[in-house]
Amino acid sequence: MSELPALSALPETLDIALVGVGGQGTILASNVLAELGMAAGYDVKKAEVHGMSQRGGSVVSHVRWGRHVFSPIIPAAGADILVAFEKMEAARYAALLTPAGTAILNDFAIEPITVITGGARYPGDPAIESAFTEPGQRVVWIHGARVAEELGNKFVANVVLLGALSTMLGLPETDWAAVLDRRVKAAHLDINHRAFAAGRAEMSARAAR
Amino acid sequence: MKRLLSGNEAIARAAWEAGAVVGAGYPGTPSTEILEEFAPYPDVYAEWSPNEKVALDVAIGSAIAGRRAFATMKHVGLNVAMDSFWSVSMTGVEAGLVVVSADDPSLHSSQNEQDNRFIARWARVPCLDPADSQDSHDFMVAAFDLSERFDTPVLLRPTTRVCHTSSPVEVGEIRNRRPVPDTYVRNLAKYDMAPANARARRPVIEHRVEALADYAETSPLNRAEMRGTRLGIITSGVAYAYAREVFPDASTLKLGMVYPLPRKLIADFAAQVDTVIVLEELDPFVEDQVRLMGIRLHEPPTPPTYPHTKSIFPLMGELDPAVVRRSAVAAGLLEAPALIGAATTANGSGNGVAGSGIPYAAGGTSPSFRTLPLTPVEVAPRPPVLCPGCPHRSSFYVLHKLGVTVNGDIGCYTLGMAKPLDALHTAGCMGASIAVAHGGAVAGDPGRHVAVIGDSTFFHSGIPALLNVLYNRSNVVTIIMDNRITGMTGHQENPGTGHTLQRQETVEVDIEGVVRSLGFPQDKVRTIKSYDVKALEKQLKTWLKEDGPAVLITQEECALLPTAKATYLPLAVTDACNGCTICFRIGCPAILQSDELDERTQRPLALIDQVMCTGCEICAQVCPRDAILFREQVAHV
Repeated sequence: MSELPALSALPETLDIALVGVGGQGTILASNVLAELGMAAGYDVKKAEVHGMSQRGGSVVSHVRWGRHVFSPIIPAAGADILVAFEKMEAARYAALLTPAGTAILNDFAIEPITVITGGARYPGDPAIESAFTEPGQRVVWIHGARVAEELGNKFVANVVLLGALSTMLGLPETDWAAVLDRRVKAAHLDINHRAFAAGRAEMSARAAR
Repeated sequence: MKRLLSGNEAIARAAWEAGAVVGAGYPGTPSTEILEEFAPYPDVYAEWSPNEKVALDVAIGSAIAGRRAFATMKHVGLNVAMDSFWSVSMTGVEAGLVVVSADDPSLHSSQNEQDNRFIARWARVPCLDPADSQDSHDFMVAAFDLSERFDTPVLLRPTTRVCHTSSPVEVGEIRNRRPVPDTYVRNLAKYDMAPANARARRPVIEHRVEALADYAETSPLNRAEMRGTRLGIITSGVAYAYAREVFPDASTLKLGMVYPLPRKLIADFAAQVDTVIVLEELDPFVEDQVRLMGIRLHEPPTPPTYPHTKSIFPLMGELDPAVVRRSAVAAGLLEAPALIGAATTANGSGNGVAGSGIPYAAGGTSPSFRTLPLTPVEVAPRPPVLCPGCPHRSSFYVLHKLGVTVNGDIGCYTLGMAKPLDALHTAGCMGASIAVAHGGAVAGDPGRHVAVIGDSTFFHSGIPALLNVLYNRSNVVTIIMDNRITGMTGHQENPGTGHTLQRQETVEVDIEGVVRSLGFPQDKVRTIKSYDVKALEKQLKTWLKEDGPAVLITQEECALLPTAKATYLPLAVTDACNGCTICFRIGCPAILQSDELDERTQRPLALIDQVMCTGCEICAQVCPRDAILFREQVAHV
């Protein structure tokens, strides 16, 4: 692993909320983020809910870095970054984002059963974006699912999103790679590293536009 | 070196370090991973028992045999094990015994929100309440020592947030190997609770809590942290984290042992600050006891109304920093913050499961549950659903169609209650389905009652109830939904799977054989493949016309098992679809409404998601126009 950056070179605290649908890999992503923070010298807490909500329900993971993290839950309007693995979930949890925060949205929809059976409507993209009402908030769309599909495995979309997120955190890429090496099964390492790189490229393309 | 561990991982690690040789439990969120993490440690025995009572008796057996042991379960699991819990409180132990029972504030995955700290007090058992993973580790180690020192079982009571939050933990590297006795103790006065012996033991447990209360005064489990003198917070469990986050300058009395309480320590703490409050999750367990000690607590402008006695923070639901802050503002302890709540204006849509949204304050003295997240966008609810390919789906589709009364149980198949399957009338607690159906039938309810119960739940507590249906002759039709695994908690082995928790091959208990052995008539027991919609419907219709109890076993492995995943073959919709919507009624997340409308009906055509579809063919069977291709047809396209 490369030399660890000093805590002072990074923000004092960092709160990241990962939201999505049960089964999308938010737990692996939050594990990576928590380990990364710890390796960078932070105290960390990572909170998620297992069990019933994982059966295709709405899920949220809280990852907090700081000198001393107390609450496992990010307070409302407290998340510096919101990563939505499914786009409607971004709107559901929009109130978690700080007024100056960034929302990274996977351009990917999973229709809930309430929409399939006709009881509810799936909001359009402009409606989803409108959930982020504060003028300082930034919304970035990432084609996580499409990129993962192009790589040949739709299940690495979570790592594409991590790649996109990584461009915002100022930690060397090698630190991320080291955590991925520990957290991902050897057989899937190669595609996960490619997914991570593709996510970084996606984010750079957004920034350049 | 510190390791990143969840509360559950930390508890498992600590059990190993403390020299526990036996761990037994029944899966239940949020406790499940404790035993899964313990099982691979060297030189330990770990088992999934058929239910929590068996698990606790197994652990008690080990502790009486002089070997440290623990039992794990969720909060409601302790209800199942309660007879054993009380019994071992009376007898005490030879070696350390810890009962780990995880509470679930906000009912993330549970049928009730009971606060098990009361059970400890009721049964005269010390209760430890960890705030984070480090506590979980340290308290588990301490619990074994306390158990032996005071000859008592110890209740370790983590909550969902503690179990499933990971944080850095300093662990021990050496295992505390305990000396073991040469012989099994025979001490009837202590271990045979015949009334005469039990009567003699009765005062012992009272003296024991007195001794524990003395110990609590100086125990390192309880810690006064003096900061400012304006506000003092008596707190325990994860609420300590919220106390520190919301009131960084306040002094805190962190109670690691919440029963029995250190009376003098609390009084001394209260005397050093101007205002005292109690900050705890769920019931006013500590608060009521502190008031009984005669300690004056801060009175909010609107005090609680009897029978509710919790004064400042919500009685129901998980706490979080926003809830604590809002409650503190309402109680006059904090100035109203400018920012909180500003971004949240419109009403969000609940997704049907309490606590699955952003925790946003109910606060104050009201017993009402906190509100769900607020977002200016109308967001479709996303309740949990039966997965694509779930073998339970077909039975619920048929039961809904037949319009019978269905008494359900606890497991993935509890989701058969939700629209569009909409099949259940009740789902109470583990094993209840069959006897609740029987009760309705013998009471004279004219409709036929069908009980549905999963394989693991059948082994847990369904067998005695099924025996009762047969013995006491009711008309109940029982469906045992055997998906070859304990599903909802994430694929745990059970007596029907052929493997143990520690990956040993074992007997694969034959459910049909068990049922037949009870003495059901030959033609009233049948196993049908779960995906066979027509066969299910035909058999149920036949039995519902006849008199007498019957048992249908539906069998197909859970679609999320690796062996099932290897057989996935997504189906496809043909031009014959006219948007009749019947396939939407099976509630499969893999069947979507396409953007294309049928020319005549102007209704959306069906579309099968090629990533999610497993090829179970339930939709193909219910389609009246044969517009969905079966696996064989897809394979030949």
